[in-house]
Amino acid sequence: MSETADVVVIGTGFGGSIPGYYLAAGGARVVMLERGPRLAAEDFAQTFEIGVYTRIVDYIRGTGVDVTAGNCVGGSSVIYFAASLRAPTFVFERMGTLGRRLWPAAISRQTLDPWYRRVEKILPVAQQRWKDVAYAGGVWAAACNRAGHTCNPVPVAVDLKRCTNCNFMVHGCRFDAKRSMLLNYIPAAEACGAEIRPLHEVQAIRPADTPGYRYAVDYLQLDPTDYRVAVGGGTIDARLVIVAAGAMGTPVILQRSATYLGAMPSAVGRYFSPNGDHVTTAVLDEAKVRDLLGLERAPGVGYDAHHIGRPIGTMTYDPLVASAPEFSRFSLQQIYFPPIVNILLDDRVDGPPSWFGVDKRTVTSRWRSWLSVLAMTEDANEGVFGTPPPTGNFVRLSPAASLGQLTFDRAPQTQSGFDAADALTRSIVERDGLARHHLWAAPPNGSAPPNVQSAHPLASCRIGDDPDTSACDDRHELRGHPGIFVTDASAVPTSLCVNPSLTIAALAERASAFLLLRAAEYGVNVATSVRLPGRTASSRASRCEHPA
Amino acid sequence: MSDAVDLKRRRLLQLVALAPFAWQARRWVVRPPDAFAQTLPDDPTIVPTLEAFADTLIPGEKRSSDDRAIAGAAAGPGAVQAGALDLMNFPPVGVAPALPGFAAGLNAHAVQYAATNGIALDPTVPPFVALAFGDRTALLVEILDGSGPDELAYFALAALAFLAYHTAGHLPLVDAVRSGHPGLAAIGFPQPQADGLWHYSDFSYRRALATRHPETSKRGNPP
Ligand SMILES: Cc1cc2nc3c(=O)[nH]c(=O)nc-3n(C[C@H](O)[C@H](O)[C@H](O)COP(=O)(O)OP(=O)(O)OC[C@H]3O[C@@H](n4cnc5c(N)ncnc54)[C@H](O)[C@@H]3O)c2cc1C
Repeated sequence: MSETADVVVIGTGFGGSIPGYYLAAGGARVVMLERGPRLAAEDFAQTFEIGVYTRIVDYIRGTGVDVTAGNCVGGSSVIYFAASLRAPTFVFERMGTLGRRLWPAAISRQTLDPWYRRVEKILPVAQQRWKDVAYAGGVWAAACNRAGHTCNPVPVAVDLKRCTNCNFMVHGCRFDAKRSMLLNYIPAAEACGAEIRPLHEVQAIRPADTPGYRYAVDYLQLDPTDYRVAVGGGTIDARLVIVAAGAMGTPVILQRSATYLGAMPSAVGRYFSPNGDHVTTAVLDEAKVRDLLGLERAPGVGYDAHHIGRPIGTMTYDPLVASAPEFSRFSLQQIYFPPIVNILLDDRVDGPPSWFGVDKRTVTSRWRSWLSVLAMTEDANEGVFGTPPPTGNFVRLSPAASLGQLTFDRAPQTQSGFDAADALTRSIVERDGLARHHLWAAPPNGSAPPNVQSAHPLASCRIGDDPDTSACDDRHELRGHPGIFVTDASAVPTSLCVNPSLTIAALAERASAFLLLRAAEYGVNVATSVRLPGRTASSRASRCEHPA
Repeated sequence: MSDAVDLKRRRLLQLVALAPFAWQARRWVVRPPDAFAQTLPDDPTIVPTLEAFADTLIPGEKRSSDDRAIAGAAAGPGAVQAGALDLMNFPPVGVAPALPGFAAGLNAHAVQYAATNGIALDPTVPPFVALAFGDRTALLVEILDGSGPDELAYFALAALAFLAYHTAGHLPLVDAVRSGHPGLAAIGFPQPQADGLWHYSDFSYRRALATRHPETSKRGNPP
């Protein structure tokens, strides 16, 4: 006999934790299976030692794209930089290369705004004032201003009073200042009885054996010291399955499940978007930071502060012009990455090698004067997943280094967005010699451009109105497989021109309302209206419904 | 159809349905844990070859006048002094068993490169070490910047040289920074505070440095 649950949730990021909370609070028996370990503030260490941060960060190399994602209870929200933005209105009207609206007709910025507001309240999201913006964000703002552009402090899901500006966000926050799922939806879900099982990697969904249950979810239990080794496994039968393994995981699980469940919609594992991410780096001339921008952080010191602060401080919305043609719109955001990524930068000296050797060493000796800029552009959803590996979502080579089956054959439209973003960034940072602008050159690809580097994978099982180009309907139910829902980043139809987490969360909030109704229809004893998660242990428990 | 025949048929269908579960049968053994060997086999060519590889990526000064592995193409310590080989051998990385193969591959590439370019190799050192810095560089451009079948594996190895130098990936960061790890020192990675943690109370210019977008929403978002 298999174990049973009303609802199995796969993954505990935004996409899993949010419906996990609402269903548990409504009274459903919820089990959440999470591939990664369960860690908390005291486990998060400020070190680059392999075997420490690599427990919770995955770097997945694909063809034409590399993706960074979280691997722990709380998912990428534990390692993310917490920029929390609503997507611009025009994004929801995008046509992509298909020539018709890609988002479901039911969803626009206006209809999503109430859900955005809820998430902002629950996380919660803080407004940075200028005195909260770290030096790097200050330099970016001043450079934009000097070039005639506006620039805004970025709203962040960070408790600004607790934040120590240590710039180790990718390691997980040891000060509990980052408002990850570990501090809001997850404890609220657990207070209502949801059970979270870390180190449980789901492999496939099958038809259930137990009468009254629709689906069986098969998992392997992973060795906490080496995720390549399985130490056990099992099956849970569920009435409802929520697939929220992230945009790199959800399509793989569903592709593999087709063997048992029958054909998947053709959009499963297609239309992947890296959110149009494109990072470049300015190497600042310290004297010009003082002379041109008038900035001094200590007597005689203009900047020299790449390492200080929160990773994301300011961004310019200027290129987000609704009336401009699609694929030409983007935002430019100041961002910090730890020196883990230093291999990627181009030395900007003519001729090979571009990313290693003497000249590269010289550029990296000025690391404290670096300032990176993330462009979030409109890509063409050209990513496609190949055949799933035997187990898991990708092939783990060594801790945190994996090979994926994802191919991103960069479309001319995507390239034109990158080019436009590069041109604007360069014109801002190189004005009067303020900095030298470096592209990222590695990993190399022969004559092809270097892989897109994305921390924002999206759209690999997207929602939509057209069955041919969307895997799920506008209520996130997988077409042809009633009772399976996709509520994570893979459901987002297109790149967003801003960081995606708030949109993922707002969609998951919206989907949860439908999920409660659907769960009741499918025989789960559940309240169909549930209160928002509480902030304290006692208020959390008091919000759980216990339907008869 | 009699009940017995029906049962048989159902059993058969069940078996057919089970066939795709093959991946479950061998689920516990995904990989034998042999990748944890810590020491290199006793082959005198491996270490200098991998050192020369790391030194070509992030060059540094020679450790002594008779240092052959390090070419001495830059002043100050490079990837080798920063612990590139320590990281390649670091148990959690799990690539130690592949290192002899990498070294052999680099040397095979070097022999071919020398032949193509009419270079006579010093037979007393491994072929890759025998190449001059410029030739090592040109060869690594071929190996790493191409799209050959091994490019990915060598890029992964190159990444370890970078992680050793730029992050001290084989050491606790506090210890590395405090003991003057040469790569972290070279990039200017800051010292921690007295409590052994990084945190900053001075972090902001504390003044408005640009005008906000005129259509910014109440909660700070683009329109
Ligand atoms: C370094 C970094 C910085 C970022 N910064 C920002 C930012 O500032 N602002 C922003 O908006 N966004 C940011 N993002 C992106 C944001 O974190 C993600 O878009 C978002 O968290 C995705 O949520 P999700 O629920 O779709 O997936 P995830 O949060 O990735 O959750 C998926 C979960 O499923 C688990 N899982 C995967 N496969 C399986 C399986 N087979 N079985 C069981 N469990 C499985 C994973 O381990 C993971 O916990 C950042 C991302 C990274 C990596």
